[in-house]
Amino acid sequence: MNIASILARKGPKVFTIRPEQSIRAAIASLAEHDIGALVVVDEAGKPIGIISERDIVREAAGNERVFSKAVSEIMTSHVIVGTPQDDLVSVGSTMTEKRIRHLPVVDKGRLIGIVTLGDVVKAQRDQYRGEVDTLQIQIMEEQT
Amino acid sequence: MAQPGTDALPLRVAIIGAGPTGYYAADHLFKRQGLVVAIDMFDRLPTPYGLVRAGVAPDHQKIKSVTTTFDKIAANPNFRFYGCVDFGKDVTLADLRDHYHQILYATGAQTDRRMGIPGEDLRGSHPATEFVAWYNGHPDYRDYQYDLQHEQAAVVGIGNVAIDVARILCRSIDELRTTDIADYALDALRHSRIKEVYLLGRRGPAQAAFTNPEIKEVGEMADADIIVRPEEVQLDDLSRAAVEKSQDRATLKKVEILQGYALRKPTGKSRRLISRYLVSPVELIGNDAGQVMAMRLVKNILIAAPTGALQAKATDQFEELPVGLVFRSVGYRGVPLPGVPFHEKWGVILNEKGRVLDPDSHQPVIGEYTAGWIKRGPSGVIGTNKPDAAETVTCMVEDLARGAILHPSHPEPSAADALIRQRQPNCFSWEDWMRLDKLEVAMGQAVERPRVKFTRVADMLAALNR
Ligand SMILES: Cc1cc2nc3c(=O)[nH]c(=O)nc-3n(C[C@H](O)[C@H](O)[C@H](O)COP(=O)(O)OP(=O)(O)OC[C@H]3O[C@@H](n4cnc5c(N)ncnc54)[C@H](O)[C@@H]3O)c2cc1C
Ligand SMILES: NC(=O)c1ccc[n+]([C@@H]2O[C@H](COP(=O)([O-])OP(=O)(O)OC[C@H]3O[C@@H](n4cnc5c(N)ncnc54)[C@H](OP(=O)(O)O)[C@@H]3O)[C@@H](O)[C@H]2O)c1
Repeated sequence: MNIASILARKGPKVFTIRPEQSIRAAIASLAEHDIGALVVVDEAGKPIGIISERDIVREAAGNERVFSKAVSEIMTSHVIVGTPQDDLVSVGSTMTEKRIRHLPVVDKGRLIGIVTLGDVVKAQRDQYRGEVDTLQIQIMEEQT
Repeated sequence: MAQPGTDALPLRVAIIGAGPTGYYAADHLFKRQGLVVAIDMFDRLPTPYGLVRAGVAPDHQKIKSVTTTFDKIAANPNFRFYGCVDFGKDVTLADLRDHYHQILYATGAQTDRRMGIPGEDLRGSHPATEFVAWYNGHPDYRDYQYDLQHEQAAVVGIGNVAIDVARILCRSIDELRTTDIADYALDALRHSRIKEVYLLGRRGPAQAAFTNPEIKEVGEMADADIIVRPEEVQLDDLSRAAVEKSQDRATLKKVEILQGYALRKPTGKSRRLISRYLVSPVELIGNDAGQVMAMRLVKNILIAAPTGALQAKATDQFEELPVGLVFRSVGYRGVPLPGVPFHEKWGVILNEKGRVLDPDSHQPVIGEYTAGWIKRGPSGVIGTNKPDAAETVTCMVEDLARGAILHPSHPEPSAADALIRQRQPNCFSWEDWMRLDKLEVAMGQAVERPRVKFTRVADMLAALNR
């Protein structure tokens, strides 16, 4: 199973923001879409960073004027990006190990989706459940 | 007016596709507390069970017993089956909107992914999807021809489907005779002259998509040896590091099995299954008559993507494999349904958690849902479709509670029944299928096989005196 199988059932929406936009705008977008992170893209639509609710909370803890800051000042640059064919086993272990909650997915340089650690865990759990269920059927058949 | 989902007005749901997903979805709906639902399930074939009948290999009968679970679901008095009814042809979306509160598409993946290499369409190069449907007696494929007079065949891909295809090609007639393989396929395979079957993986043993019971099984065939090159199943540094870090037991075991095969000496059985790694076909080479003669392979190395996933990268070393028959087993692909939004890139119905989305607004389309392979793509075993269908059914129930359902002008079950019978007088009911099933099993008993399948719709109708 790979990233494509997660994106296939997530719809085509990816929420992005530009680096020069304000944190106020970022918060509004996070709240409106009920999500945890936005991908920061340049004018060509290429991902250059990611900004999450955590990044904002961490900044707000020491800075009352967080709202008017620019996204670029707080975002995490050096984002790790995935591609549709990446295996979920590798993706899951890298995300856990590097504490990545949101992974932008690109295809031929274009941003096509975002995958959360929760998505990966759910996909793997469903796969294992399915395998267990299917094995049980076979074992029961062997006993009859 | 009565509230849909109650005794006075059961929630009317149309499920398109009688594969595992359709049944699991029906089961989840029936089991919802406080919800009264009446389900009509449609399939374009007269027979139910989707890939369990037409995909699962004939020498894997045990797993086919999952159909007894499906039969229990079908026994619910609020369940009706309409076989031989093609969505988009015999009934349209407009028809269904007029008769149901909710529509669920569970049509699976009906075609194959392309490899995109020169020569892919030469004579003798076939998608595994068609070959699998052929040996399983799918009426649409029963008249296909496979030239099994060549001595060398290649199967591209190393998923479980590729293993199925390679195994069927390598099995002896005695092994196949006791299965429910289609009669004509048994006959063709009886005269097969295939001696060598190459199974081609583009990545290494630790990345192989097949599962362990499947790779073990091909090491125990009656009349075929398994051959593995030791150097191709030694782990490269990246794979070794990944396996050591994850300590994934299944992967460790898989590599161990393959390294074990590499130590085996051929025992002189009639056929040889040659399992290769780190090679990709770049071209199929044909003769003047347009028939495949050989395959050009490039040797790959593995490179790590930023996520840690290992991907194949071509080197500049090539080799040529003489083969007269090629099966491309690089994955299935969904096909669009008339009037239903489709996501071309993934080959699935455009959806979010099973809610069909409008392609322009990306908002849910009221009353339309999807589940299974046509929702998430062609991966996962039968049971994986159960949690997948549960996710969709949760959305259906939430939407019902919000009143976001269709308002059909004819929700009464008799109206739908009349329309379907008028459109498709030959449609099969569940009782029809039960009778057909008994006949198939009885024909099988006579020759010590699990069943002998009817493979033409006309024969199925005739068997029921219709
Ligand atoms: C070759 C092969 C072997 C497999 N072997 C195993 C195995 O051994 N064990 C295991 O656990 N899993 C196996 N699987 C996986 C398993 O078969 C799938 O996970 C499962 O069948 C997917 O279920 P589905 O209901 O989504 O699709 P399907 O099973 O494909 O069912 C879809 C149904 O929709 C119908 N349909 C399509 N279009 C229309 C239309 N327009 N109108 C009406 N009906 C329509 C089709 O006729 C079909 O009956 C195998 C898969 C393949 C391809
Ligand atoms: N016995 C069983 O339980 C059983 C039997 C049959 C099927 N199934 C299930 O049904 C699902 C579908 O099976 P599947 O075999 O069709 O799909 P799959 O498991 O996704 O395998 C596809 C294979 O094709 C390879 N591939 C893809 N593109 C390629 C290319 N361009 N060149 C070379 N190789 C390429 C893949 O390699 P990469 O990994 O490198 O992409 C992989 O080895 C799976 O989940 C499977 O487990 C189960």
